[in-house]
Amino acid sequence: MTRVLHRFKGGVHLPDHKAESNGRPIHAAPVPRQLVIPLRQHIGNPARPVVEVGQQVLKGQIIAEADGYISAAVHASSSGTVTAIGPALVPHVSGLPDDCITIETDGRDAWIDHAPIDYQALAPADLRMRLRDMGLAGLGGAVFPSAVKLDPGAHACPTLIVNGGECEPWITCDDLLMRTRADEILQGVRVMRHLLGSTEILVGIEDNKPEAIAAMQAAAAGFDFAVEVIAVPTIYPAGGAKQMIETLTGRQVPSGKLSTDIGIQVFNVGTAYALARAVFHGEPLISRLVTVTGHVLRPQNFEVLIGTPMQRLIDLAGDRDGATGVLMGGPMMGMPMPSSEVPVVKATNCILVKSDALFPPLPAMLPCIRCTRCADVCPAELQPQELFRFAKAGDFGRAQEYHLFDCIECGCCSYVCPSHIPLVDYYRYAKSEIWAREREKRAADLARARHEFRLFRLEREKKEKAEKLAAKAQAKRAELAAEAAAPGATGEADAKKALIAAALARAQAKKAEVAPKNIDQLPPDKQREIEEIEARRAKIRELARQPLETDETKP
Amino acid sequence: MPAPFVIDHSSVTQVMAWVLVALLPGIAAHVWLFGPGILVTLALATVTAVVAEAAMLKARGYPVRPFLTDLSAIVTAWLLALCLPSLAPWWLIVTGTLFAIVVAKHLYGGLGQNVFNPAMVGYAVLLISFPVQMTSWPGPLALTGTPLSLADSAAIIFGGAPKAVLDAVTMATPLDTLRTGLLQQHTVDEIMTQPIFGHVGGAGFEWLAGAFLAGGLVLWALRIISWRVPLAFLAGVWLAAGFLHFFDAGRYGAPWFHLFAPSVMLGAFFIATDPVSGSTTPLGKLIFGFGAGVLTIIIRTWGGYPDGVAFAVLLMNVAVPLIDQYTQPRIYGGAPGREKGSSR
Ligand code: SF4
Ligand code: SF4
Repeated sequence: MTRVLHRFKGGVHLPDHKAESNGRPIHAAPVPRQLVIPLRQHIGNPARPVVEVGQQVLKGQIIAEADGYISAAVHASSSGTVTAIGPALVPHVSGLPDDCITIETDGRDAWIDHAPIDYQALAPADLRMRLRDMGLAGLGGAVFPSAVKLDPGAHACPTLIVNGGECEPWITCDDLLMRTRADEILQGVRVMRHLLGSTEILVGIEDNKPEAIAAMQAAAAGFDFAVEVIAVPTIYPAGGAKQMIETLTGRQVPSGKLSTDIGIQVFNVGTAYALARAVFHGEPLISRLVTVTGHVLRPQNFEVLIGTPMQRLIDLAGDRDGATGVLMGGPMMGMPMPSSEVPVVKATNCILVKSDALFPPLPAMLPCIRCTRCADVCPAELQPQELFRFAKAGDFGRAQEYHLFDCIECGCCSYVCPSHIPLVDYYRYAKSEIWAREREKRAADLARARHEFRLFRLEREKKEKAEKLAAKAQAKRAELAAEAAAPGATGEADAKKALIAAALARAQAKKAEVAPKNIDQLPPDKQREIEEIEARRAKIRELARQPLETDETKP
Repeated sequence: MPAPFVIDHSSVTQVMAWVLVALLPGIAAHVWLFGPGILVTLALATVTAVVAEAAMLKARGYPVRPFLTDLSAIVTAWLLALCLPSLAPWWLIVTGTLFAIVVAKHLYGGLGQNVFNPAMVGYAVLLISFPVQMTSWPGPLALTGTPLSLADSAAIIFGGAPKAVLDAVTMATPLDTLRTGLLQQHTVDEIMTQPIFGHVGGAGFEWLAGAFLAGGLVLWALRIISWRVPLAFLAGVWLAAGFLHFFDAGRYGAPWFHLFAPSVMLGAFFIATDPVSGSTTPLGKLIFGFGAGVLTIIIRTWGGYPDGVAFAVLLMNVAVPLIDQYTQPRIYGGAPGREKGSSR
């Protein structure tokens, strides 16, 4: 099989640190006493809880259902009792809690009834709904709901790429998966192919994983559809979806478009495996392979129930003194965890324990010397030094003009920068600022519209009130006139009474008219007090405005 | 701390150190051809630059150590020193270096912020202010026949030598000779018969140019500079000079002669490649280098000064923001590099 491979622009050669963890077999991590399962483990709407506190659940039971099209269900990873539904610490950089379902496990690990899905008998749309309810999401890290990606929509999807690149250093879970479960990965591909109607199946694997390549090739020979297993050069980020597409097909996904627009869909090998478990065994996504490596005694891969606290796995791999933090993912794109007690989620491919020896603190940052090394290695072919300049100056509009949003945050630029500038950090900051501003602007537009409507409504209400009052007064006058016109029927006293009443009404109307100025006739001491209060308020307003204004006048 | 958590082992210090190393062949050639005077000049410029850099960093409230150890001030000092006549008086060296570091670098905002190449600013200021001193070059030893010791050189530089000694060692440079000869209505061929001219460039000077070329190739091999700027620079010089020479060989020097004037090699590989004040885009680098090369010949031919590298580079520095803006390369996925009216 000779396929002409294409070299994407940029990229860096990294020390791969795969040997640490890929030599040991996969171990199943034991069921922990407590599982904390976040409702937001995928891109899209968080799942909606369908269990209650105190309820018994079985392994594989839906505990939160998909909410909308871009969403995925969440399942109990083992049997036990729901003990809490609410915010808990989740694996996110912010350290902010998010909604989770906590289960005290009962140790029985008892399955709910489950059966394979006859995928060929189901209509594609129904099959996709089933997969959504199986909680399937991309396991390569992006965790996009798989059911959505398996909908070819209006586009034909002739090429299906199965991504076994795994280009991030330290991570080996896909490597181990391909070595040991190649057949099931391809079973999953069979279903993908069925849904997408793909005719060309390409499996791209970095050539630093010869055993995985051999295993996949051996498995592919036994299938009744053609699968091309291709070794791609090891260069970070060859496993990025766009880079894998370019390497294998020579085509680029147009800026701002999806790969399906050019007839290509990409799935991670782990996703294919999970799909096979779902379809051929009826098992929802409740566990995954996780590499535990770095500063631990026995770096290795575990089969882990979703919701298991990371610290349990670190303990299994052999906790060591001198750890300086835990990353979820690899050293290039991984996220620092707020605590090692956060649970493993569907996106957790690696738990990387840091130490000062393995990850020395980065040297101090110097100014950019415009050496363009960053541009040379940028796989998105951007000019990172310009993006940095604009982001730093707060010139987000220019940053967008220079395609800030095409940055895939791969970190190649930061890696090579001789001035050690944390460039990616600046890009994330700029992106979030732009999003925040867009949100603010939308909110401000909304507020302005609301305010205008309120003014209009007040005006209208005032007018309506005035009209009503006028009508009432007229009615009264007519009544009085009618009464006056019938002297016989009413006595003099009555007429007098009516006159008094009318005068009173007039006085009252007058009072109402001047009501807003009811502080005009205040005694002098009261007046002074009010003035003082007003002065204080003005000062506070002034103070409150100041930082805002200096903010705005900043360059 | 954010991702990535690993970095390559490069640093600004390393980049600058390699530039200094790559200058060593040129310095060695200089000593061999013109005597050890250049060593005194280099030392004086280095000390001045380091002191000025430290003082400016302190005054501007920056940490002195990380910035001083980036070696960028020393690179500026060496480049300027190599452009000066090697027996120039000490105050010329100090003034030029101070101007380069204090005004051209720090008053523009320090490392990474300067719009103009600091060494070339220092050089241009000296050339405009002290044209006589700036053009008194010592002749090649082979021609003057008066080898100077390190002590003699130091004596001349610090003003301790009688004028007669100075006159004995200085002579017009090849570019000066060409220029004066042309002004006296001689043809290029007549002028080239004078002993100051060698095989392709000036006698001795061409070897110096070759040494700079060798150092430059080392920088390119190490990927510290890209091939674009030097190659485009040399192409600009060669094509512009070649065009004129072809047009009237009697009045315009040969392209090889121009290429092997040392200032062109130094300019192409060490000065125009300064990343801070140069263009950053691939196409921009070609335009920047080519423009500087062509301007060098134009200034040499019609300008008021015999050499034009410094002014050519400074003029192109001015154009950099414009060049960069209009040469943004297309990005992955085919969108043009810079989008007017953002799409999102
Ligand atoms: S690598 Fe660093 S110093 Fe060089 S241009 Fe990029 S941001 Fe600037
Ligand atoms: S992080 Fe963004 S700018 Fe930096 S190399 Fe990757 S894609 Fe380019």
